Amino acid sequence: MSDAERPTDDHVPGDDEFEPVQVFPEAEEMDLRPGADNCYKCSTCDTNCPVAEVDDEFPGPKFQGPEQWRLKRQDDHDIDDSVMKCSNCMRCDSACPSEVPLSQMHNTARGEYVEENMSKLSREYWRNRMLANYRRLAPLGSMFPRTTNVVMGLSATQWLGEKLLGITGEREFPEFATETFRDWWAARGGAQVENADKRIAYFHGCYANYNTPEVAKALVRVYEHFGYEIMVPDQHCSGTPMFANGMLEDARRSAETNVRELAAAIADGADVVASCSSCSMSLRQEYPELFDFEGTEEVAANTWDAVEYLRVHEDLEGELEGTSVGDEFDDFAYHAPCHARNQGLDGQTVEVLDAIDGITAHDVGDSCSGISGTYGWKEENYETSMKIGAEMFEHMEDADAKAGLTECPTCSMQMEHGTGYEITHTLEVLEAALVGSTTEADAQ
Amino acid sequence: MAIEDDVLVVGGGLAGTIAALAAADESARVRLVSYKQSTLRHASGLVDVLGYTPAGDGPLVDPFDALADLPEGHPYERVGNEAVREALSFFDGIAGDAYEGGHTDANALVPTHGGTVKPTARYPGSTAAGLASDDRDTLLVGFETLPDFEAPLAAAHLEAAGAPFVARGVTVQFPGIVRDDAKVTRYAHLLDHDEVVATATGETTARAALAETVRAHLEDETRVGFPAILGDDRADAVRADLADRLGVDVFEVPMGPPSLPGMRLEELLYAALEDAGVRVTTGVPVVDYETDDGGIERIDHVVVDRNGTEIPHRADQYVLATGGLVGKGVRSERERVFEPIFDCHVPHPADRYDWFVDDVFGDQPYARFGLPVDRELRPLDADDDLEFENLRAAGAVLGGYDFAAEKSGSGVSLATGYVAGQRAGTEAGR
Repeated sequence: MSDAERPTDDHVPGDDEFEPVQVFPEAEEMDLRPGADNCYKCSTCDTNCPVAEVDDEFPGPKFQGPEQWRLKRQDDHDIDDSVMKCSNCMRCDSACPSEVPLSQMHNTARGEYVEENMSKLSREYWRNRMLANYRRLAPLGSMFPRTTNVVMGLSATQWLGEKLLGITGEREFPEFATETFRDWWAARGGAQVENADKRIAYFHGCYANYNTPEVAKALVRVYEHFGYEIMVPDQHCSGTPMFANGMLEDARRSAETNVRELAAAIADGADVVASCSSCSMSLRQEYPELFDFEGTEEVAANTWDAVEYLRVHEDLEGELEGTSVGDEFDDFAYHAPCHARNQGLDGQTVEVLDAIDGITAHDVGDSCSGISGTYGWKEENYETSMKIGAEMFEHMEDADAKAGLTECPTCSMQMEHGTGYEITHTLEVLEAALVGSTTEADAQ
Repeated sequence: MAIEDDVLVVGGGLAGTIAALAAADESARVRLVSYKQSTLRHASGLVDVLGYTPAGDGPLVDPFDALADLPEGHPYERVGNEAVREALSFFDGIAGDAYEGGHTDANALVPTHGGTVKPTARYPGSTAAGLASDDRDTLLVGFETLPDFEAPLAAAHLEAAGAPFVARGVTVQFPGIVRDDAKVTRYAHLLDHDEVVATATGETTARAALAETVRAHLEDETRVGFPAILGDDRADAVRADLADRLGVDVFEVPMGPPSLPGMRLEELLYAALEDAGVRVTTGVPVVDYETDDGGIERIDHVVVDRNGTEIPHRADQYVLATGGLVGKGVRSERERVFEPIFDCHVPHPADRYDWFVDDVFGDQPYARFGLPVDRELRPLDADDDLEFENLRAAGAVLGGYDFAAEKSGSGVSLATGYVAGQRAGTEAGR
């Protein structure tokens, strides 16, 4: 069942039956009316929108969602092109005091705009399609990582990217790892722990596979430390960059594969864990909101953030008590990604790291990093992206730390871009505390 | 295993944050879980105690004089006068210089964006120069792109209401904003960061341009009031800068939702939570609970729904501060009014036509819907027995008072949040 069909007033104890009154029979597949009707126009969402705060040309989430939906009830209204200025940070979702499914409305509006109003021949369309389908290009770069890294790092390449494609020349492309996580996994012979009672299926996503396999390896070592058997099912992109670019058909194809593979792993007794907060967000929330493949709800209900899972299923904090990380890490300026915030994970990292001796994670506040995946890579959004990020940069520099920490790959790019700090993933710190330093672990 | 703490507060508004802070003050390990953002962003940012009696008498000069006469079941009657005073001083300790009014028991009269005056016990420093009891002449400035504040109308209304000064209102263009629907956060951000803006005479900074625009309209007035959009993170600096440039006092007029003074209060409270070591989880709802076996019912743990995955959270003591009908801590269907997490008893007439009266501004029964509690703020069932021995309720989820008519919303949240949090913290420490 897609979320759109869910009753508006849920959380009613002992009242699971929903009897819709079919007032508007034309509303078929994606009925967003209950959500739109729930909006009482308090504008709390608008005050949480990082884009509207720095750009008064952006009409804000209340317009993009319920108001535009109502407007569309009248004929002859196209989706307003401002929907492409939404960065899909999804902060409006947890802002709304009245349970309006704002990001779901934005995703469907954006999909409709791209489908019906954006020229399939335009540079913008092809640039967005390319950014959204990073997963398809990454294997090419990964085949000759050193050459690719050199070529992508050339200023001529950056200049061409900006002039030809509208990808900002201000940012440096992330480097491809010389060995992908999946290659490493195959080379080590897959799982080294077998355990029919404790099994997880790891959704590593694209970035931990092609760019930061050290994060994925850290997850493997931490979970094996707790005696878990790890499965690494076939998988596609989670769909996050596709939703953000209105490429819903691309997202649907990826989601179909992911749901099928992950549902099979669940049938084998595994729970799904993800190390990237946008991947877990996508599987948990956006899939059930937008798709209805068999198993979608089941995958959503059995998907966890990797640290959250250990916290609930193991005595993670007890295990970390009294550990230390040696010289490898010092204090961190921690940024909670918006997509982690929306899963109720905003305080988790600071709480968990509190148990490790000798390091502290300083929360740098609730502002958005501003990059929002592919958003800040677009030439026309670069300035907005940096204006949004300014608050986080300031707070990072004010924090008593010289390195950054987060769980989102693109937040990490932005943190590094804005401060020059080296950015670490929380799982790497847990690995250092529980298993030992990365160099020791590599030697094992 | 569950996520474990000593005290779990459900709800992140004024009552919830104060409860969490009061519990943390008792050395308990406290977690606050809030689903959506609180209705503080709807709120004026003023902290009232009691502006009018339940019978409608007022505005009250001294709210504490009237507390003794409140009917049985009113939240203030439940916790008692002394607790109201303690809660206010607890709030003063948290707010520091950001709020004024603690020097007296008497209500202050703060002009609102409609040109009415609101009786309130505490008010943000940004509104201090605008008090209606101050007899200095006043210029109110509105912006063409911000229709929520019509300065000439507000000024006329203030005069008609008998304010002891001359009030004049003008409407000007806000430098740097051309769109009609720019968000209040955009105005605040422009001033916070003193961004470069284009004016008729060339480029300048936002604060300088705004001061220049207003100077042209200033006559003999010694204070100027703006809608409450004068900065967010750096509001004090913005106001001081404008006052300096204009050579007069500058104040803010509290606005309707979405409200920056409400957001600043929220930020102040969440910073205090961080300092107090309270663990905060936002964006996810508490959807269910489990009880212990046997005895008086005791909540063992609650279930938090994190985007489809159910995560148990366990504590020794629980505080329910989920808000009223607007905050959705109390909900209604065609046949009943209910509290959605623990299904606590909410007294209400069986016939829904008895839930309201036809006069919109009349004595609305629904405004008093909420949980009945004992003097420890533990919810009671239909037989006046405890619903759970380790659950307390605070803020607008409580019944027996009409905060909108009495102007008592913030005060009740403070007093009951303080008492519920303190008791929960003490119990958990045993």
